[in-house]
Amino acid sequence: MNLDKDLVAAMATPLVLAILARGRSYGYAILKQVHDLSAGDIAWTDGMLYPLLHRLERLGQVEASWGESPEGRKRKYYEITASGETALAEHRRQWVTATRTLGGLWGSSIPAGAW
Amino acid sequence: MSEVEARIAQWRAALARSAAVAETDADELEEHLRDRMADLEASGLDQDEAFLIAVKRLGATDTVTAEFAREHGDRLWKQLVLPPGLGGRDRSLLEMIAFAAVAVVIIQVVRLLAEQSMPNTDWFTRNLAFFVLPVLAAYFVRLRRIPLRAVLPLAVATVVFAVAVNLFPFGGGNATAGLIFGGDPPQTLLLAAGHLFLVLWVVVLAAYAGGNPWPALRRMDAVRFTGEWAIYYVLIALGGGVLLLLTSLVLSPVAPDAIDDVIGWVLPSGAVAATIVAAWLVESKKSIVENLAPVLTAIFTPLFGAGLVVAVVTYLAAGFRIEFDRDLLTGFDVLMLVVVGLVLYGLSARDPRRPTTAIDVIRLVAVVAAVVLDLLVLGSMLQRIGEFGFTPNRVVALGFNVLLVIDLVVTAVLGFIRGPLRYGRMAAWQTGFLAAFAAWAAFVVLVLPPFFGFA
Repeated sequence: MNLDKDLVAAMATPLVLAILARGRSYGYAILKQVHDLSAGDIAWTDGMLYPLLHRLERLGQVEASWGESPEGRKRKYYEITASGETALAEHRRQWVTATRTLGGLWGSSIPAGAW
Repeated sequence: MSEVEARIAQWRAALARSAAVAETDADELEEHLRDRMADLEASGLDQDEAFLIAVKRLGATDTVTAEFAREHGDRLWKQLVLPPGLGGRDRSLLEMIAFAAVAVVIIQVVRLLAEQSMPNTDWFTRNLAFFVLPVLAAYFVRLRRIPLRAVLPLAVATVVFAVAVNLFPFGGGNATAGLIFGGDPPQTLLLAAGHLFLVLWVVVLAAYAGGNPWPALRRMDAVRFTGEWAIYYVLIALGGGVLLLLTSLVLSPVAPDAIDDVIGWVLPSGAVAATIVAAWLVESKKSIVENLAPVLTAIFTPLFGAGLVVAVVTYLAAGFRIEFDRDLLTGFDVLMLVVVGLVLYGLSARDPRRPTTAIDVIRLVAVVAAVVLDLLVLGSMLQRIGEFGFTPNRVVALGFNVLLVIDLVVTAVLGFIRGPLRYGRMAAWQTGFLAAFAAWAAFVVLVLPPFFGFA
């Protein structure tokens, strides 16, 4: 199943923040995690992740630093900031409201607050 | 480099072509591509297949760059302020400041010496060009790391001109004393001093081109550099003029006597420092003016073309019996120079392989109109010379206009010959003919003064 484009776009920011809340990561690893977590249902065009990360960096929700990959190549790592955590909490509140509302109508199989 | 590496480099270059994708972004995306490829290869694909799939997953280049442009719109405006912290650029800034400082010190020392030696400031006038342009040439020698054996001919040429100009006994030894006491300085001295700037500009261009005195391939580059440098210099001069104006305005109620001193220190310093700053700006910010120059020529070619056609029609209607005095002649010569400049710049900005467009037709009309006007000027000039004989000024004006007519006529003729090489040939002719102008300037400095007995 492929998710609707608008829905994927709306999920992108909280998804990236939530993944980074688990620890510092880099672009490719974030995408792999998205892929694994959604069992392949959420497919991004890879290149679109980076402008999003740069926007979060500009907003001060993540911090970027250059490091090295195990193969010795330059790699840009991202880390969530306190302001990013706050933003994530707000996203979470909104998504919980949305899923709870829809779940109430549909006889929810999605317990609120599970994710 | 393996085939895949070459394709990665190609893909990266296509991304980096967008102004919105910074070098570091390209690094990040390339790293992503390589990670993806490594995973795909681990699952059994060969390198080629892995590359294709990884690129496809990253998204079409223009979609990705468009997304970057949305986030980094500011980058689409080329920023004049250079990003800090990039070592090479810091150094180029420091070098520029150092050379500008040297130029300022030289001009101020010379100015103070000239004030000391009043009224005998003849040496100052004849050497004016040597106080300014060699510093700019030296700046490029340093910037391009030109080896000594390539610098040597440039230095020798400069010294030859310096020795000649200083050994010439203009006006019987003390020329500008005449100026101070109300007389005219010898024409030959002023002509030589003025044309020295052109001669030394050729030296600057040779240094700009990496020490090659007449580089066939980089001639158009030298033309572009000259034009862009002039644009920057005029912009800086305008700003500096406003600054000086405001400063004098502010000072006038409290310290009216200080104004002359301030201007005496600031104006020459600013004028020489700006030569270096403008060159540095051309070097480090090529892309801004690359966009500006074609726009300017596109705006002004039709305007000047219309102006020239109106002038031709008016002069033809008024009949040929027009007295060209010196001011009018100078005005016409400047107009012709602007036309040549517009043609050159227009050609430099156009792809020679592109078919003819409206602007090419307009340019050709402007050139033909300029030829007609210049022939009028030449006719009047020859008449004057027939009546009053040769003077140094008239010889210089005549020679310059003959060169202009040759340049413009050949340009027009080439413009009428159809063929795929038309615009390439026009550009080659125009840039090549600059050598004739340079030779003429050298002639005016070295040969003309002795010929007229340094009068």
